[in-house]
Amino acid sequence: MSHLNIELQDLRSNILEMFELVQSQLTKSKESYLQLDKDLAREVAVNEKRVNGFELKIDRDCENIIALFNPVAIDLRFVLACMKINSNLERIGDIAESVAKFVMNFQLEPEKELLETSRVIEMFDTCIEIMNTTARSFAEEDTKLARSIFKLDETVDEINIEANDKIAAYIRTHSDRINQSLYTISMIRKLERVGDQCKNIAEETIFYIEAKVLKHKNKKI
Amino acid sequence: MYKIESKNVNLHYGSFHALKGVNMAIEKNTVTALIGPSGSGKSTFLRLFNRMNDLIDGIKIEGECLIDGKDIYGKLIKIDELRKRVGMVFQKPNPFPKSIFENVAYGLRVNGITHKNFIEERVEICLKQAALWDEVKDKLNKTALSLSIGQQQRLCIARSLAIEPSVLLMDEPASALDPISTAKIEELIYELKDRYTIIIVTHNMQQAGRVSDSTAFLYLGELVEFDSTKKIFTNPTDERTQNYITGRFD
Repeated sequence: MSHLNIELQDLRSNILEMFELVQSQLTKSKESYLQLDKDLAREVAVNEKRVNGFELKIDRDCENIIALFNPVAIDLRFVLACMKINSNLERIGDIAESVAKFVMNFQLEPEKELLETSRVIEMFDTCIEIMNTTARSFAEEDTKLARSIFKLDETVDEINIEANDKIAAYIRTHSDRINQSLYTISMIRKLERVGDQCKNIAEETIFYIEAKVLKHKNKKI
Repeated sequence: MYKIESKNVNLHYGSFHALKGVNMAIEKNTVTALIGPSGSGKSTFLRLFNRMNDLIDGIKIEGECLIDGKDIYGKLIKIDELRKRVGMVFQKPNPFPKSIFENVAYGLRVNGITHKNFIEERVEICLKQAALWDEVKDKLNKTALSLSIGQQQRLCIARSLAIEPSVLLMDEPASALDPISTAKIEELIYELKDRYTIIIVTHNMQQAGRVSDSTAFLYLGELVEFDSTKKIFTNPTDERTQNYITGRFD
């Protein structure tokens, strides 16, 4: 195997490890939110430093590969895609951390009716599913799977759009729970960004495998 | 009309089939890079266009090679006239053991030009075009062999420009040069493009990417892919091209 191939394999392994770390952060942030588990939330907040450290390492590796090996064609697309995927994963890590920080500062367990009305659990589960699908499409170089993320993201968008009206209606009947309601809206807004970041990752996966640019385009291509 | 065209060109060295039905059309004032492993036919293809292969024993050429729409292997073509229009620069600089001035003036003199002022003017212009004037203007009468290898190669380029060709063929012109001289030759190629149509053979992928508008990948005498350099180096169509440029070629 050529030296460049070894470097590219290492980069792939690091990105997959970053995927695992961020997936775990997102899953733990969900658990900490639903259980109001402050210890677990603290663990997520601490682990965010690892995510940041990983991001810097992958950025440095990409820079070195470009400077030392001058990759071209699919190799160049792979390195460029990895740089962007890395950045998107780090942002998902930030979102998981902000959920954890919210849990650490919040005193009341989320109320069951509010969880159901706002569909926030469904939102969490869909985001985790999107995240897993995104990781799998990258690992298996499966562009069909990557394209399925665009559809899954529509569910996340739909929950986000409906959230305002549903939570407003909830507040009208539960005026003592305004704070909880506002926090739930905030949670939904954060999770909506997870869908967007995964969509970006899927676009980059398709770009490096098929050399097609889907950014700012109709996703039916 | 294309500046240079090859139509279904087959070339045999005896029983060895060196070029296999090569079709290529090159626009005027562009740089085309020929890439491919050793023995792929790059230099053979390049040398077709100033008929440098003609004297090789057992050679057989079929198909058409056109410059400005005229078949350069046609019966009425005079090779001397063709070589005035098609300059060539080789891998190793080969200045004559004469002065810097005489190296550039040589082509003019052998073509019967004797007017002193015209020759002086032309030498200056060519040395300027070859980005060498500033370095040699005060020592034009010194022997060309006193120049560095990089300067000698630029002198050879100036020499080939003296007779005002419209096509420049370059066979690995920077492969024997250090990085600074290589950068100067590459800059020069970029500047010369405005006035000449250039074909360059190179083994340096990055160089092909930096200097050329189009790139042709040849393998075992076959033109595998010919496209814009951007396309070849970002998303080549043929898997063999991708394997070659990414270094995964067996």
